[in-house]
Amino acid sequence: MEAFGLLLHGFAVLLTWKTLVLMMVGLVLGIFVGVLPGLGGPNGVAILLPLTFTMDPTSAIVMLSCIYWGALFGGAITSILFNIPGEAWSVATTFDGYPMAQQGRAAEALTAAFTSSFIGSLVAVLLITFLAPLISSFALKFGPPEFFAVYLLTFCSFVGLGREAKHKTVISMSLGLLLAGVGMDTVSGQLRMTFGSAELLRGINFLVAVIGLFGISEILLTMEERLALRGHAAAISLRVVLSVWKDLPKYWVTLLRSSFIGCWLGITPGGAIAASFMGYNLAKRFAKDPDSFGKGRIEGVFAPETAAHASGTSALLPMLALGIPGSGTAAILLGGLMVWGLNPGPLLFVEHKDFVWGLIASMYLGNVVGLILVLTTVPIFASILRVPFAAVAPMIVVSCAIGAYAIQNAMFDIWLMLGFGVVGYVFKKIGIPLAPFTLALVLGSRAEDAFRLSMIGSGGDMKVFWSNGLVGSITTLAILLLFWPVLDKAFGSLGRLWRPAKVAG
Amino acid sequence: MRNIMKSAAALTAMLASVPAVAGWEPTKPVEIVVAAGAGGASDQMARMMQAAIQKNNLMKQPMVVSLKGGASGAEALMYMKSSEGDPNKVLIAYSLIYMLPLSAKIPFNWRELTPVSVVALDQFVLWDNASGPKTVKEFIEAAKAASSPFKMGGTGSKREDHVLTVFVEQKTGAKFSYLPYKSGGEAATQLVGSHTESNVNNPSENLEVWRAGQVRALCVFDKERISYTTKVTETQSWHDIPTCKEEGLDVQYLMLRALFLPGKVTAEQQAFYVDLFQKVTQTAEYKDYMEKQALKPIFLTGKDMLQFLEEDDTLNKSLMTEAGFVAK
Repeated sequence: MEAFGLLLHGFAVLLTWKTLVLMMVGLVLGIFVGVLPGLGGPNGVAILLPLTFTMDPTSAIVMLSCIYWGALFGGAITSILFNIPGEAWSVATTFDGYPMAQQGRAAEALTAAFTSSFIGSLVAVLLITFLAPLISSFALKFGPPEFFAVYLLTFCSFVGLGREAKHKTVISMSLGLLLAGVGMDTVSGQLRMTFGSAELLRGINFLVAVIGLFGISEILLTMEERLALRGHAAAISLRVVLSVWKDLPKYWVTLLRSSFIGCWLGITPGGAIAASFMGYNLAKRFAKDPDSFGKGRIEGVFAPETAAHASGTSALLPMLALGIPGSGTAAILLGGLMVWGLNPGPLLFVEHKDFVWGLIASMYLGNVVGLILVLTTVPIFASILRVPFAAVAPMIVVSCAIGAYAIQNAMFDIWLMLGFGVVGYVFKKIGIPLAPFTLALVLGSRAEDAFRLSMIGSGGDMKVFWSNGLVGSITTLAILLLFWPVLDKAFGSLGRLWRPAKVAG
Repeated sequence: MRNIMKSAAALTAMLASVPAVAGWEPTKPVEIVVAAGAGGASDQMARMMQAAIQKNNLMKQPMVVSLKGGASGAEALMYMKSSEGDPNKVLIAYSLIYMLPLSAKIPFNWRELTPVSVVALDQFVLWDNASGPKTVKEFIEAAKAASSPFKMGGTGSKREDHVLTVFVEQKTGAKFSYLPYKSGGEAATQLVGSHTESNVNNPSENLEVWRAGQVRALCVFDKERISYTTKVTETQSWHDIPTCKEEGLDVQYLMLRALFLPGKVTAEQQAFYVDLFQKVTQTAEYKDYMEKQALKPIFLTGKDMLQFLEEDDTLNKSLMTEAGFVAK
């Protein structure tokens, strides 16, 4: 109950007009940077960080974290309306969100995305509030074998639970893993596949690839089919919002499952991106009609968004308690904390109670205010669909190019983005799924490093992946998921054998 | 009368010198280039300088931090190399300027950049888990007796941390498995979680876990103890950590933190930044930062800096060669 008292104290710190105004400003700025593909949360926060140097730490972090919430909300908007994920974790939202927009249900999809974001964050904040000390000790249990097991789990769940043909998923994933190897190899300190080019030194940036694969290729496809963006003027009203909310209880299992996955992967440092994919895949696996996913099912929006936001929020916990940022944006916030003389670490919770609880209280308030703000502005964003394609397409291409350039200030990245646009177009034509490719590109080098560090540590002994209960159960689960379709069939036929026998008996 | 003459002369000299100092000023925002990831020691230094310059109005143009930590920092080096003649970019350099070209054959030479000043020297400390051996001697004995080699965490491969590990091995005969992590922060938490037995982090990288009593500082790799005597943990100050030499482990290494401009900038532009960073080193923000991070104060510029860099380059080259990390 001590936590509750401290939280109330945090609210008392926040409830001043000045803080509330800063909060609104932060949210609007955040939504704005979230909507521009490629600019996204990390860059937005980085650009605005110097603005806060003259503020006191609490006001500054409230404003910055509200930019963060805003960017999280904003990322969903472009995913749904244009099939361009603003942040890595919005990728899974495009799977069903974009088809919904094409069917003229953009408003419904957006409402679903915002609502589930809100629910996911709320669950994570509750968790942070009451479990902070316990969770930081859980995160410490993760060494290289545990990290690798989590990445393996993500990869395996993709192959085992994916809807696409298995060989195509594996091809796509392998290509992603190959490209993830470009650049400096941390373990050996050597350059790989750079062919003497200074541009390839830094490797292939994930966001550049995603903007090309999803955004540019979508424009190419649409041009070929001579269609306008297929969304129709969506009738958005309080009625739509309420009807989505009324259906919410039906999806409580999905929401709860995704929140759980999100929180779990969020506090596992670096697991935030994996969360949205896993949330989506599991929702599909446990659905009665998995085939309807990917064709505009509202549950396909609920699942990844809830998981993404639960993990995005809980990613702040390892940052505060251990100084390990769980996401790119969290890393920039970490830099900010240090400027204000607050060193993240186990003692932050003891020495700077005002600040920590002010921040946690701002997560509650920021999310409530954010939800109201985005819902009231949904009509503005959805109306973009009514603009003719010929006018919108060049704007999207330019915005994609700016986004790709801004990530590393490199002209080369724009060419790379266009290249990926063509690759994405070809992949879509020959039916190779893009998601495993992007997943492998994001997690590939981390998984590789974790694997090789485990091997160095164990002297090359594979038993290290079953060396304790935690890593053993994750690894076993990963392998079970990989062979899930086979197991599913085997159990199915076993069941059929069993039933007639029972009847006979 | 003579006094008046003297002060008048001094006054004239001062007036005359003012335009010379203010000869050039940046006309657009100055980019401070960090050759490491967000939250690392270089990034923290960049943010401190950004705040010190902004709060004390040391420059009219704003300063922006630009993170170029790709390819273990090689990205930043190539970026500076290709920005020849651009006086609006300042690199925060550390020993990677000597080591990366050797280990990964990056086509880069620090002599192609314009040196501004050396602003600090960073220490290295041998740390183990708070539940591990209590002295260097016990630690080395435990490492020798262990059935599988002790795991030593560090940042990157074939860099400062890795070189230090090799030298500890050479001096003691104990064997270590070196685990290269992406950052010092990661190496710190992995030590706390007992996934490694030890690391050779900079003081700043292990500061918070040390204060929380989760790790123990065994010795500092320098000729003399760290000068700061304010208590950092409940019982210890930085000064209380013995040197490794005192503990019978004769290994020393210090890492520079220096500022560079791209090549081919004018002498006036160089002078502006020398002056700017000299002012930065006099701010309260800088002094506070140095003590908090246990950095060794130093300010070198001009000829002194060049001499320092040449000597440091030779030293690093010989260490890298001896450790067998120079790519063929």
